[in-house]
Amino acid sequence: MNAGHLFVLGATHHTAPLAVREQLSLGADSAAALAAQVAKLDGMREFTLLNTCNRIEFYGVAVDSSALARVQAAFCARQQFDPAEFAQFQLSLRNADAVRHLLEVAAGIDSQMLGETEIFGQVKAAYAAAQAHGYTGPILNRVFQKAFQAAKHVRTNTAISAGQVSVANVAVDLAQTIFGRLDGTRTLLVGAGEIGEKTARAFQSRGAGSLTVASRSLEHAMQLATALGASALPYEQRAARLAEFDIVVCATSAPATVLSGADAAAAMRRRPARPLLFVDLALPRDVEAAVAELENVFLYNLDDLARIADENRAAREAELTKCRALLSERAAALWEHIEPRLSDLAGTADRSAPSPAETASQRSSSDANAMPSPRA
Amino acid sequence: MFAGLNDRSWLWIAAGFYLAGLLLGTVSLLRSNRQSNALINTVIALGYAAQFIGLGLRGRAVGGCPLGNTFEIFQFTAWSAITLYLIVGVTFRLSLLGYFTSCLAAALTLVSLAIPAWDATRRAHIFSNPWIELHAALAFFSYGVFALLALTALMLILRHYSLKSKHLGGWFSFLPSILELDHISLRLLMTGVIFMSASLAGGAVYWLRDPDSVTASKIIITVAIWLAYLVALILRLRGRLLAKRFAWTCVVLFAAALISLGPINASRNPRALAPPPHAVPR
Repeated sequence: MNAGHLFVLGATHHTAPLAVREQLSLGADSAAALAAQVAKLDGMREFTLLNTCNRIEFYGVAVDSSALARVQAAFCARQQFDPAEFAQFQLSLRNADAVRHLLEVAAGIDSQMLGETEIFGQVKAAYAAAQAHGYTGPILNRVFQKAFQAAKHVRTNTAISAGQVSVANVAVDLAQTIFGRLDGTRTLLVGAGEIGEKTARAFQSRGAGSLTVASRSLEHAMQLATALGASALPYEQRAARLAEFDIVVCATSAPATVLSGADAAAAMRRRPARPLLFVDLALPRDVEAAVAELENVFLYNLDDLARIADENRAAREAELTKCRALLSERAAALWEHIEPRLSDLAGTADRSAPSPAETASQRSSSDANAMPSPRA
Repeated sequence: MFAGLNDRSWLWIAAGFYLAGLLLGTVSLLRSNRQSNALINTVIALGYAAQFIGLGLRGRAVGGCPLGNTFEIFQFTAWSAITLYLIVGVTFRLSLLGYFTSCLAAALTLVSLAIPAWDATRRAHIFSNPWIELHAALAFFSYGVFALLALTALMLILRHYSLKSKHLGGWFSFLPSILELDHISLRLLMTGVIFMSASLAGGAVYWLRDPDSVTASKIIITVAIWLAYLVALILRLRGRLLAKRFAWTCVVLFAAALISLGPINASRNPRALAPPPHAVPR
């Protein structure tokens, strides 16, 4: 007798290069259509589609192994991708391995940016969408809920998500180290380039207070200020009005420094009790090194921030073994619990167990409420 | 089980809890885990309760505030610092402050318990009236406030060092922000100066009535400490003493205040020395 299968099928940044992932990526509408198609496949009992920029994964429960081939065929057909080529890039895991994989994905340890937490929300959204459409059942419900618990446990009990690993976020962390809450801080962005904008957005996303943009071109400064909901400052006033700001992010392409030690010293005389942070992201540097010598003034350049990001990344990597051990333990316990259910599933394969499509149809006929559109 | 314990036994139990808080925090830091404020606060609160009982028993046995020898003064200062921590720490949730407070309380209580000579004798009937008792209690309470201030100042120094040297990882990452530490340090300095001023004002009234009751050395030392803290506060408020220099000043002043306890205690108006009663609950 064949046992039921729990499987994961797809492609991730570990198995497929960016060019292939681009071809395999699904838009929201395509993902919803594919999900509806997979739901009707023979032998499928439950499934969830996780569709992010770095991975497309089908988590499914099927009565036999042939269902997996049917999912693959449906996916390749929709994406017009050669199935033989897909086999080279695919991720295909079954049963206990599939369970462990989901736990690792939810915990962020399978992510390109190790320990990132965004994936947790993405897995939750994917599961919620599948559940709303009636695509999940008792087995996937349990597996996903346990995966969320395991992810939270790992994040709480290890340092896998500690510290920031991008330069922009390291700069924000740094500011919090000095000012605590950022809502009362005033930030000056000198330079209207991409790096500066990215960093300014990172500050805003973490609740920074007012933002002012100064650029050699006032027009550029005003454009960026409008896009960021900030105000603009004439470039030539940057030094004179330095004392008004707590955080100064410099990212110009100027050939020489744009803020000197004397500028910073003059600013500090007007605001001695409040610290001043300079984040210099420019090459060549925008802020004179002598600024770092001033009391209550802190200067971090690109190298400093990159080194901190590298240290944080290394610290996260050092936690990997611990995380894997914790997750393996939980995955094994979970698998022990669901394996008998999968065996029971195979026993009922010949009987008329409802497919996800039938479940969804029954649910929609008994529930007048419209289902939310799927997100993956 | 605890009914027959005498005051020193309770104070040993308190020291044990403070030491446990210290060990707990150290293990947590070595493992680079964020500390559980709730756990450390519980351990400190248990120590505080035991110390409260111990000091209460001693106070009841001597018929007043237990400030009759160096042992009692150290215990009372540690207790005052913990009192303030339980207000400040819970209100402002400064991470690591609990750990540092455990360090200080463990050090003060264990050292005072470990030196039997400090508690071999005590001055009997040191307080001729309740106002003098209040004056002494306020003075030593202000020392407790300054003890906590020294801790937040020490944390401020470490935070400055970590930022200037660009070492933000490891246990430095658990330190509160510069602004939080600076704000809380300023508030503690103001609180300490207010308590000490009130104590000195009360003491001055008594001294004016009976100038022979207090030695000149005690007055000079106490007023010098008070003046030093007052000047530090004025300079801080005027923006003349900031950041690291402010923090170092607070640490050095507390060291001086702690050292001054010996001379102050020794220079108190001589009274008959008597062995302390090892109080047990009635």
